[in-house]
Amino acid sequence: MSTYVEWDALGNILLWGLIVGAGLPALFALGVRIAEGPGARDADGHIPTGRKILSGICFGIAALTVLGAVAYIAAGGH
Amino acid sequence: MDAVTEPLLLAVVVATALAFDFTNGFHDTGNAMATSIATRALKPKQAVLLSALLNLVGAFLSLTVAATIAKGIVDSNVVTLGVVLAGLTGGILWNLLTWLLGLPSSSSHALIGGVVGAVLAAAGTQGVLWDGLISKVLLPALIAPVVAILVASVGTRLVTRFTNDVKQEDNDRLFRWGQIGSASLVSLAHGTNDAQKSMGIILLALIAAGAVPEDSGVPFWVILSCALAMALGTYLGGWRVIRTLGKGLVELESRQGMAAETSSAAVILLSSHFGYSLSTTHVATGSILGSGVGMKGASVRWSVAGRMFLAWLITVPAAGTVGALAYGLGALVGGGAGSFVVFAALIIASAAIWFASRKDAVGHHNVNEDWKPKQDNESILAESVVDHDMKLMRVSKKGKRRKLGGKR
Repeated sequence: MSTYVEWDALGNILLWGLIVGAGLPALFALGVRIAEGPGARDADGHIPTGRKILSGICFGIAALTVLGAVAYIAAGGH
Repeated sequence: MDAVTEPLLLAVVVATALAFDFTNGFHDTGNAMATSIATRALKPKQAVLLSALLNLVGAFLSLTVAATIAKGIVDSNVVTLGVVLAGLTGGILWNLLTWLLGLPSSSSHALIGGVVGAVLAAAGTQGVLWDGLISKVLLPALIAPVVAILVASVGTRLVTRFTNDVKQEDNDRLFRWGQIGSASLVSLAHGTNDAQKSMGIILLALIAAGAVPEDSGVPFWVILSCALAMALGTYLGGWRVIRTLGKGLVELESRQGMAAETSSAAVILLSSHFGYSLSTTHVATGSILGSGVGMKGASVRWSVAGRMFLAWLITVPAAGTVGALAYGLGALVGGGAGSFVVFAALIIASAAIWFASRKDAVGHHNVNEDWKPKQDNESILAESVVDHDMKLMRVSKKGKRRKLGGKR
């Protein structure tokens, strides 16, 4: 069976797939929760600066990953 | 430069390769955009336009084109222009048939199947590298959805856990952007990956016919025409497949759509990075299924998924049968005339499938309608008996009543 399936590559795909493919949506969701979750807005309906920065970091990492992936495709790594 | 041998055959092969490229875009729009359309993150027309543009850009983005077809799966010495033409014919017809049935299926597997069939007809069983066929095509078709289901279900579970007490409207508003971003990435990767395959085939045909030297790069007109054919196919949108992926498998909301597309993009890019190529279609479908598995309270229509898995298993034999028949037809007539007969048969068969699709056309206007399995008369009758409700039986007469009303 080992000759038919490249287990090493498959293991890597699964591991990194979980880290990036599941981790990134989770990070994005964390950003959403920080920005709009329960208790995020104060009495006036504003989001405090601290929360804005934290959620911005989450969204920023997600956006950078997308840009990185575009660069990766363009570099022909694919 | 040597004289071009069989210029007519070459022209037919190039035209067929572009036609395949077109069906490839057409068939695979749903992989990237079905979730965004289903969750209304984008309007259907916007989604296919965005996907088409990104496919176009993707085709120009990276040019590591190899003049190969089904490398490591068939003996490259037996691949003649006739084999390529027959293989493309098998791939196109399988793409169109699965589109008619609304089933997502891998365009590259269809092409490989067509070529394998043509090689079997041309050179017999020793022309096919069976180990390569099993390890590079058949097993990955089973593995890809499993990996994608796993990644997408974990992603969806985490996302929903983090955002369950966030207001739905806030979730939809923010996740919409994540969804568009991740779906765009899938489109871009598709443009790069799949347009290159068609460019490779055309380059192979040009070299085989002596129109360009063996060490030639890809001529610009090949890049441009492949990019345009795929973008046009993507823009026209295989709405039947989009509908199945977006509405048929799972009832999707933005959070799931975002998790599914991110999982697709990650698994597709990682699989090519680690040199274990998985089909975009299989990954995308698996991711959508996974987003249903990971969502508490969501139901997955496994019966629809089952039909897809079945289609994936018979992709290679079915496209192969068409490929073998096409090769046989071409060889029977012989020479340039043979390739024209194959081409004509392809056009007639494609037109027939298109006419069959008009009966219950799916387009951007009805792509998001509720998913209801067609009820046959017997099940309607059975339901009305069980529920003691005679009115149920009148459902099938809806069309007639409308007609009568129109007369008055």
